[in-house]
This record gives sequence, C-alpha cells and structure tokens, in this order.
Amino acid sequence: MERIGFTAVMGVLALSSGLALAIAAGSEPLGITAGVLGGVGLTLLLWLARMWASTEIGPARDAVPAASPSPSEPRVEDVLGAVDDPLLLVEGRQVVRANAAAIAALGEHVVDDDIRLAIRHPAATELLTRDGHAGGSVELIGLGDADRVWTLSVLPLGPTTRLVRLSDHSATRATERMRVDFVANASHELRTPLASLIGFIETLEDANGPDDATIRIRFLAIMAGEARRMQRLVDDLISLSRIEADKHRAPADAVPLGALARETADTLRGSRSDAARITLAIEDGLPPVSGDRAQLSQLLHNLIGNALKYGDAAKPVRVSVARDAGGMVRLAVADEGDGIPPRHLPRLTERFYRVDPGRSRAAGGTGLGLAIVKHIVERHRGRLDIASTQGVGTTVTVLLPALVEARNAAAAE
Amino acid sequence: MATTGHTVKAFDSDLGQIRGLVSEMGGRAEAAIAASIEALARLDLDTAARIVEEDRKIDELEAEVERQVIRLIALRAPMADDLRDAVAALKISGVIERIGDYAKNIAKRVPLLAELRNSEPMAILPAMARSVSDMVRGALDAYAARDAKAAVLVQESDRHVDDFYNSLFRTLLTYMMENPTSITQSAHLLFIAKNLERIGDHATNIAEMVYFAATGDQLVDRPRGPDPYAAMAERT
Repeated sequence: MERIGFTAVMGVLALSSGLALAIAAGSEPLGITAGVLGGVGLTLLLWLARMWASTEIGPARDAVPAASPSPSEPRVEDVLGAVDDPLLLVEGRQVVRANAAAIAALGEHVVDDDIRLAIRHPAATELLTRDGHAGGSVELIGLGDADRVWTLSVLPLGPTTRLVRLSDHSATRATERMRVDFVANASHELRTPLASLIGFIETLEDANGPDDATIRIRFLAIMAGEARRMQRLVDDLISLSRIEADKHRAPADAVPLGALARETADTLRGSRSDAARITLAIEDGLPPVSGDRAQLSQLLHNLIGNALKYGDAAKPVRVSVARDAGGMVRLAVADEGDGIPPRHLPRLTERFYRVDPGRSRAAGGTGLGLAIVKHIVERHRGRLDIASTQGVGTTVTVLLPALVEARNAAAAE
Repeated sequence: MATTGHTVKAFDSDLGQIRGLVSEMGGRAEAAIAASIEALARLDLDTAARIVEEDRKIDELEAEVERQVIRLIALRAPMADDLRDAVAALKISGVIERIGDYAKNIAKRVPLLAELRNSEPMAILPAMARSVSDMVRGALDAYAARDAKAAVLVQESDRHVDDFYNSLFRTLLTYMMENPTSITQSAHLLFIAKNLERIGDHATNIAEMVYFAATGDQLVDRPRGPDPYAAMAERT
C-alpha cells in the first residue's frame, strides 16, 4: 500500500516538475500542454518502473538494516530511541537511522543524508570517510554551535555499517570558561568600587576624626552606594553564569509575555518614580511563549530599566508585545532620547561594555544588563535586535518563539 | 532525499555525494575561520601555518565538486529542482573556496601582528569573527536542511557584520592617528576586518543559492541601510 502512495506522490511531483519546466520554457499554451503531457508520461513511466522494481528486485529502500525480526526482540529504532545521546546508524556514507536526540541536535533532514551533511566537521569527516571504515573517537568543537564540545565515537557493526555516537561535554567546558571569565573581568570591575570604599574608609579614619558628623554622613552614603553597586554586580554575575550554564537546554514553560510585561511595568511603577512614563501596547489573544518566567521577567526589567535610564526623562517609554511572522512573539521597548552612536551598536551586548562609562556608573549600571538580556534571548532560541537613531531614540526588539509552534514542530519530528 | 527518491537510484547517490562534498568543504572553511581568528588572538604561528596548508584541501574539494557536477549534468540531464541542486552545489562550492581563501589570508597576516596584542581593535575582531562564523554556519545548516526560511535569516544578519566592520573601521582610524608607529599593523587589521566582512557577504551568497535551490525563486536583496562610506567621508 505504501508503495502505491509513494508512486502517487512521485507522480504529483513529476507532474508539477513538468509544469514548472513548461512555465520555465515560456508560458505559451503549447509549452504548458507539452509540459503536462511530459509530466503524465513521466508519472506512467515511474509507476511502471516501481511495479517492475517491486516484482523483480523486491523492496529496495526499506530493506536496509534489520527491522524487528521477531516480536520478542526489540526493534532497532526503539533501542536507539532509548538512548539520550545522539546516535546515527551509518551505512557506507549514508545515515540510515537517527534517534530522537540526533534529530534534535542535527536537524530532521539527517536521515538518508550523506554523513558529511549531517555532521559538518573536518575531524569527523576524516574519521567517517576514512577507508577501511575503522572505529575510533574524536573531539569536535563547534558542531552546531561555536561553544559546544562533543565527543564523536564510531563503532563498526559490519562491513559497511557503523554506529556513530555523539556525547555532549559543553557543560564542563562552559563551567571552565566561566571561571576564567569571572577572574578576568569581575576582578577588574570589582576593584573600582572597592578602591573607592577603601579610600573613603581611610579618609574617615585619618583626616576628619570622629567629630565631623556631616562629612561622616556624606561619606557613609557614598560608601553605601558603592557597596550596593558591588552587590548588584555580584548578583548580575551570578545570574549571568546561571543563564550560561543552562544555555543549551531550551526552556519550555508557557509564559504569557504580555501579562508579564504588564506585571513588570507595575512593579517598576511601584519602585521608582520615573516609571510613570511607561506605556504598554499588548496585542489581544497572544500565544504564550516557550520560556523561563524568572529569566523573561529579568529581561523585561533590564530592557525597560535601560530605556528609563537612558531615554529622555520627559518622553514616554513604549513597551509593545505583538505577534510576529513565523510563530514568534515580538517584544519591543522603545525610548526617545539621545540614541546610541552606530559604532557602539555591535558591542552593546559585551560584558562591561559601556557607551558612556561615567553616565552608566552614575546611573548605577553594572555593565552587564544587555549581556544578560542577550544570553537569555539566546537560551530561549530567540533573536535580539538593537536599532538606534541618534537624536531620536533606541528600540530594542526581542523575538521569542511562541509555545504553540514549538509543540507543532515537536509533533512534526 | 527519502521523500523524492529517483527511479534511477544512482542519481540520488550522485547528488548526495555532491552535497556531501559541498558540506565537507563548508566544514573545512568554518574550521579555518575559527582557527584563523584563534591564531590571531593567541599569535599562534603554527596554527596559522597549518591553515594556509589546509586551504589546499578546500581547493581540491572544489575541483572534485566541479568535476562531479559536470558529470552529473552530462550523464543524467537533471531537470527542475535537481538541476537547481546541481547548479547551487557548483556555485556554493565556488563561494566556499573564496571563504577559505579569506581565512587563509587572515592566517597569513598573523606573523605580521606581533605587537598589537592588547589594542582595542584586537578585542573587537573576535566578536566580529563570531558573528561572521554564525552566518556561515547558518548558511551551511540551511544548505544541509534545504531550509529556505533559515536562508532568509542569514541574509538578515549580514547587517550586524556590516555594523561591526564600520565600528572597527572608525576604531582603527582613531588608533592609527594616536599611534602612528603602528600604522602598518593597523592596516593589516583593517584588511582582516575587510576579509571577515567579505566572508559575511559570501555567507549571504550561499544563503541566496540555498533559497534558490529550495524554492526556485531568487531571494530579493536585503534593503541596504544608509551607505556607510558616505557617512565616513563626511566625518573623516
């Protein structure tokens, strides 16, 4: 039955390719007729060929390795599917089976593809296309994502059949990198507030003595401010490393982004006086996004906070949440003000990069806000875009995948 | 190819073989970009020399793709989407070969840059390279998956790379004015930035071919922003 269905599909394809050909050749009626006729002819031929093939040679495509010989023995697919690591069964150079983990990591197209299309990495290619089809293993850095580290091992199962296994070491590598990064930039950034704290403490000790109450109060206020900034910095660093550690695990909770934006705006209005400038435009009937509620709330706080800080204090901050093409939900936070000079735009999401260091420190910024936003968006498999016109204002747009779409995609796989 | 298998099975395997070769080339070019920037950041002369050496393999693969595509067209006279696939493979392999050359060119400049280790431009280049690598990866992933939508996304992200280039251009100009003794080296960095920017453009070209092969339509050029050179001419 399946074969007839297959031939029908092929027939439709042949017909449509005939049509396409006719249209390409020039859209005269004669050409189209010829194309359609050609398509019909091709369909017949195809059908005959399939009939012949099925009688003379027997099943061709379906015969590749062993599907369930007896009911007691588990099927190959089920065995592969039960393993969490991506597994590929390779026949010659062609992938004949892939388990769910492999499809999630490498894409749906890998089955029946050439192994070099499935795993595009020189080290893997050398191991997999080497003559003699030997086994072995190799470390792959940058497969699928620049930061991912995999170990690929090849196990020969027959003269041309091999089992390819990928195991993920990204988390170990990420932890290592985080430690290095922390030492590199946190120590530098923490030194500034620490130095001023020590300076004020020394001044209080030496010069003015215990009697000068006004100076003491003023200094204590500055010291408290600096200490709080350090605390915020440490908090931001911790949340940044948490997000990075989870980066390769996409969050899947249903989060109503519109409601969350409203909630964030309310919280901000309660805590700071300039937050009355926030205006909300939330589309009705929005699908929830697939995400992590706490992180998305942090993203909203950072973006709206930035807009309030750097936008013109007399102008509104417009927050909008709407549906976007391709099953995405679009969040936009726009301010009106000085804007950002274009040469800074590509570097805004770097850690501790500041357009105007003095202004950022005065506003209590840690230099990590947008880095956190970027990492949250990356973890959510979304997209971040910052557009700014000098003298007009800045708009930050975040696209996040809607949950419904994610479910459909999973069903399609 | 499972859903559109051809009656002549050899055709599938020919086309699969060609696509595999193109993907292998792409993998090598991607690795060359990553390695060249790493060699630059660490001033690793051995890695740089190895990249120059390995570019030959990319050239050989290109010749092999060309040979096989011509053979496929001659023997099997492919039509419609098959013809587009064959033509796309031919064109994409040419583009990847260029990308490999740019990576090689970056690697060749590494030995000339010993003294610029901690300058600001050196801090921006790796970020720009990352952005460019993401584009190349996106384009090649789209090729492997025949995904027209993913190809459109690649085209859109070219703007970020252009922003990086413009940002670096200004930074380097300032740097050269402040440090006239390092003008030679800054000029090399400028060429490296230009090479990266070109790689980004080529990734867009691959995306366009992927879109064409998948849909049969040409991907319309992305709307260009204001001309960066005009803006620079005003200021400098």
